[in-house]
Amino acid sequence: MGLLILTTMAALWTVMARSLLKATIGLAITSAAIAIIIFRLNSPLAAVFELSVCAGLITAIFVSTISLTKPLTHKEILQVSKDRIKRYWYLPVILAIVGALLIFMKARQDFTMIQAPGSPLDVRTMLWDFRRLDLLGQVMILIAGALGVVLLFGENKNDER
Amino acid sequence: MPSLMILIPLFGIIALNLIFAGSVKMRRWAFVFALALFVLQIAVAVFYHPAFRNNSLERIDSFFRMAFFIDHLTFIMFICIGLVSIASLFVARYTMPDESGRFKFTNLLILASLGMSGIVMVKDIFSLYVFMEITAVASFLLIAYPKTIESLEGSFKYLILSSVATVLMLSSIGLLLLVSGSTSFTEIAAGIDGSRGSAFVLLAIGLFICGLFIKGGLVPFHGWLPDAYMAAPAPVSILLAGIVTKAAGIYTMIRIVTTLFPYNQAVNSVIMLIGTISIFVGAIAAIGQDNFKRMLAYSSISQVGYIILGLGAGTGLGIAGAVFHLFNHSVFKSLLFVNSAVVEKETGTCSMNEMGGISQKMPVTGTTSVIAFLSTCGMPPLSGFWSKLIIVVALWQAGHHVYSALAVIASVITLAYFLSMQRRVFFGKLKAGLENIKDADRGVLGVSIILAAVIVGVGVFFPFVYTTLISPVKEILIR
Repeated sequence: MGLLILTTMAALWTVMARSLLKATIGLAITSAAIAIIIFRLNSPLAAVFELSVCAGLITAIFVSTISLTKPLTHKEILQVSKDRIKRYWYLPVILAIVGALLIFMKARQDFTMIQAPGSPLDVRTMLWDFRRLDLLGQVMILIAGALGVVLLFGENKNDER
Repeated sequence: MPSLMILIPLFGIIALNLIFAGSVKMRRWAFVFALALFVLQIAVAVFYHPAFRNNSLERIDSFFRMAFFIDHLTFIMFICIGLVSIASLFVARYTMPDESGRFKFTNLLILASLGMSGIVMVKDIFSLYVFMEITAVASFLLIAYPKTIESLEGSFKYLILSSVATVLMLSSIGLLLLVSGSTSFTEIAAGIDGSRGSAFVLLAIGLFICGLFIKGGLVPFHGWLPDAYMAAPAPVSILLAGIVTKAAGIYTMIRIVTTLFPYNQAVNSVIMLIGTISIFVGAIAAIGQDNFKRMLAYSSISQVGYIILGLGAGTGLGIAGAVFHLFNHSVFKSLLFVNSAVVEKETGTCSMNEMGGISQKMPVTGTTSVIAFLSTCGMPPLSGFWSKLIIVVALWQAGHHVYSALAVIASVITLAYFLSMQRRVFFGKLKAGLENIKDADRGVLGVSIILAAVIVGVGVFFPFVYTTLISPVKEILIR
């Protein structure tokens, strides 16, 4: 429960934070908390992926990108902060309502009847032997990502001229 | 053989970028490759049903662990994907002068089409999600392609709402995995059947359906759709309106609802309610629009409402009507967006107040636009009339008389805003400054004429089309 609350609070901080750097740190904390949850659910490989890719690699990419941008002045940060609270004040309220509803539903409904399916297979065996089509799908998403980088960040030769 | 629908485009894209990307002359082959691919897709769906379905390429299939699920619904979707992609390809050639940009566009178009082909063939809910993501990523990039503030904003909105949909669907897949111990459609259906009344199952169904409502751009999850359609370049608007939202949102809803929870009255009631609200909100919002593309976007929301209203009827006839309207909507909405692309390129604006009398200078575009909008309104004997009629009859037979009457009334609103559009854009006196405009090039005109011919042909030969293509779709509910 503590980890779930930490994840939720960190996620909320990520979207409400004043500066991009703080939002990135919030995201890294969210990912780290999720990694611990996954680890405790007996999926160490998935936890390592979550920790290394989401909390590590993505944070590093965000921080390097932020370091290349022009920071806002203190006055601008305050203004952005005010605007954001004005626009998104309802997010924590919705979160609280959903949380209360889930707790209420848990009290009313039987959520414990279903057991998690235990797979005797190693995750690598599972991926390679049973989910090869999905791996092929991942290759396609990587190709889309590469095309996206070329499309959005590549300079057009005509523009250069 | 179905595995080739995935592998040929995939290796084609890799080959295009490794071999053909170097020189401008070679890049032109990308257009030919994409065109051949889409024509092949339509040909397979129209002419080679049994051969395609039964011939498995064992070595390839076993290596990639590919096992697909092919039925009449899949073939109808193949035709839609092929037709809309061809329209988008030709409009890209007409509106994008830069060869390099067009090459990148063609790559992403093939990738989006590949993702959609995967969506309509898989029989595993997680693989379905993977192919939806491929389509979504290609779509974000296609919308952002012009790199203007509007296009980036449209793409970002789609990205954010699509991510919300993804979270909802992934959570649902997790819950369904707990229920059934598998992600295959058959085992999930058995798992759901064995745990009726479980809060887990209800939550999973609710989350998945909400995710699909977002993907399909239905009210109240439609916020991203008008901005994305309006901000995207013309060929991308055609693709999004014609097929992407239909394959990722509506086809998936039809498949999931009929396969996983076919006789759930609560699900059907929610679907019918959302469908009716979408029909009216979309139609009423379309009336007040000045921007041609934005009006078409709201019209799309309204027409998609009809599709899921038919699905909500919960009968074989209702589902046949929904699938038929999905096919018709893909055709007539693609044609309307092709026409809007031609009008935008020639006049330099999408504001209907700045247009008028364009038909005099663009006779083919004007005429095909009339055919498309009359079909959208459900005017006999065009294709849209028959699909709407089937939906109305199915609702009436299922005892949903109020929904049936509302569906008929909404058609009148559709007629009102399309007549207004036609009058403001195509009819009347030619606006000053538009004297030098001309109709599109032969490629785009050819596409417009083919799409218009499909609308008329399907309407006139309705008994044949219904018997051979649409009626067999009812099998999915019986199975």
